[in-house]
Formats: sequence, structure tokens, C-alpha cells
Amino acid sequence: MTAQLAVEAISTGEAWVFWILGPLAVLAAIAMVSARNAVHSALFLVLVMLCLGVFYVVQSGPFIGLAQIIVYTGAIMMLFLFVLMLVGRDSSDSLIEVLRGQRVAAILLGIGFAGLVATAFYRGLQDAPAQGLEAANAPGNVHAIAAIVFTRYIFAFEVTSALLITAATGAMILAHIERRRDQKQTQPDRMRARFAPGNYPAPKAGPGVYATSDSVATPARLPDGRFSERSVPQILPKRQLTEAEVAPKGTASPFGRRAESGGAADSRSGAAGRTNESAGNHASAAPSVGQGGEGR
Amino acid sequence: MQPGYYIVLAAILFTIGAVGVLIRRNAIVLFMCIELMLNASNLALVTFGRITGTLDGQIMAFFVMVVAAAEVVVGLAIIMSIFRTRRSASVDDANLLRY
Repeated sequence: MTAQLAVEAISTGEAWVFWILGPLAVLAAIAMVSARNAVHSALFLVLVMLCLGVFYVVQSGPFIGLAQIIVYTGAIMMLFLFVLMLVGRDSSDSLIEVLRGQRVAAILLGIGFAGLVATAFYRGLQDAPAQGLEAANAPGNVHAIAAIVFTRYIFAFEVTSALLITAATGAMILAHIERRRDQKQTQPDRMRARFAPGNYPAPKAGPGVYATSDSVATPARLPDGRFSERSVPQILPKRQLTEAEVAPKGTASPFGRRAESGGAADSRSGAAGRTNESAGNHASAAPSVGQGGEGR
Repeated sequence: MQPGYYIVLAAILFTIGAVGVLIRRNAIVLFMCIELMLNASNLALVTFGRITGTLDGQIMAFFVMVVAAAEVVVGLAIIMSIFRTRRSASVDDANLLRY
């Protein structure tokens, strides 16, 4: 069986592809295992899968290569990312080692295993020439695969459909939330809870739009003249704003009728001067339009 | 180069995935490592098919892909239900069957 077998010569281009993408795949795999953030792990795994897809295409398997890219990086990894976004909060890993020395032992074991298996394969296969798939791919890769799948592997193919149906059903059952009929909240119940005392059904006051200010940091005013802290978005202090910028800004009056708001915002950054009573102590006799403008 | 190099690469990738399964705690990352191992075996299958000059290796890889898809769907659903009850995706927390 030696002389008749066709021997496929591996082109220089394929060698280049291998030596560029192979180390890239290994590095991405290591980065995937060692990344703290699970989303980074997923993206590194996408990179590995893309490299492998290119390898399949290079090894005269265009169909399996494209299926790799479409199914794995397109569908499966997006499913992973979807679940990561749902679980999200817990996506980072804990650093606590439950079994002492497990990590070092696992890495040593991995290095030993990789060394043994890779060496064995290399020694066993280094003289094995590739026969190549030109003859098998003669009618076209997809045609040839279809011809085998629907004849020799027809049983496995049909069993695969049963497996997929089972998997879909199982996923639906696992993701289903069982809710008893008496625990279900009906629409009248929801309405009663909405209009019950203690709950305010209408939209709350938004941040103010006044003649002198339309900033979202300007709080709305309650009927008694106080500022409503809840009308200012809570995300504002989390940005890189200073305390003075974050503080609720009063509605400075250009007519001097309420000069205290400008004075309070100036002297105390509005932090304590949120009620009219405290701000009234700062009422000065000479409020001007300019001062009111500065106060904002 | 020889096609055996692809097999060596597949062995290395498989080992990285196995080590990841051993050292990571997050269930989703564990699943990703399993996917890496399946991918490595796929690469080996495709390469073996090329060495022997038949398409059976690619078809095996195709079936492995299908099984991996089914496994991921069910596994992620299990992770979601565990997360829903325990608010954690760490495999160290799921130890109710321990004692």
C-alpha cells in the first residue's frame, strides 16, 4: 500500500498559515483559560475557533470550516455571551483556592500530558504523508460530504435529529419557571396594588425645566417649595463630576425675588441649602441677575 | 511541515482546555474549556481524514459539532437554573449533594 498512494505536498502557503495561526490559537487558548473576566474568555475562544475554521478550510474542508465559523462562533458563542449577560454579576471568577495546590498540580499535569501526547503523535505521524482529499473532493466538497452522510452515516444522521429535539425540549423544561395558578398575579390585583395608599400611581416629577436652567441636575420642586431629591438621576454622582457640579442646582430668579437660591448655591454648593428655610438665612439685599447666573 | 503538526497543535489545545476545566470555577468558563477540547478533537479528526484521504473525518467533526451544540444548549440551561436558585455560577457553591 505504499507506492500507489497519492502523496499530497503541503504548500508553502499552508505552512505560513499554520505557523502564524497555530501559535495565535495556542496563545488565545491560554489567554482564555487565564482571563479573569468571563466575557474576555468568550472572546478569546472566538479567536481560537476562527483560527480552527481557517485550518479546516486550508485542509480542503471548506464546508466544515464554514460550519465551524457559522455554528461555533456565530451561534454557540453568542449563546455563551447571552448567558453571560444574564448571569453577568457573577461572571468573574473567585481567587480562592479550595483545594490547596490544585492549580499548580493541574498545570504540571497539563504540561506533562501535552508533552507526552504531542510527542507520541509527532513521532508516530512525522513520516505519515497526507494523502490529500483531491480524489474524495472531486465532485465538490459539499457533494461528497452529502453523498457519505446520506448513505453510510444515515443512521447517525437521523439519531442526531432525535438528539437535537431532546436538547431543545430539555432546555425549554429547564428554563421554564413553574408558577402555581393561585400565585399568579392577575391584572385587577396589579391595579389595586397600584392605586393602594402608599403608592403613587402617576409619574413622579422630573428634573426641572425652568427659565434659568434646564439641566438634569436641577431638581424638581415639590408643592411646598422644597427640592425633590428623587427627581435627580442617581447616576449623576457616579460620573467624574465634582461635588459642586453634582449638587442640586436651585432655580435662580433673575428678579431677585428668591435671591437665596443663588447665594446658597454659591456659598454652600447647594449641599445643605435644599430647603427654603435654611437658604433663607443667606438672603442678601442685593441680588443681581449676574449673581443668579453664577449661582447656577 | 507535515500534517502531524496539526495533531500536535490539537493535543496542545486539548490540554489547555483540560487544564482550564481543572483550574477554573466559573461554570460558564468551564463550558468554554469543554468547547475548546471538542474543537481540538475536531481539528484532529479533520487532519486524520486528510491523512487517510477520506472524508469520514470531516463528517465525524460535523457530528461532534452537532453534539456540542446540543450539549451547550442543555448545559447553559442547567447553569441558568442553578444561577436562578443559588444566585451564583461558581461550581464550588453547588455542593448540596456533598454530604
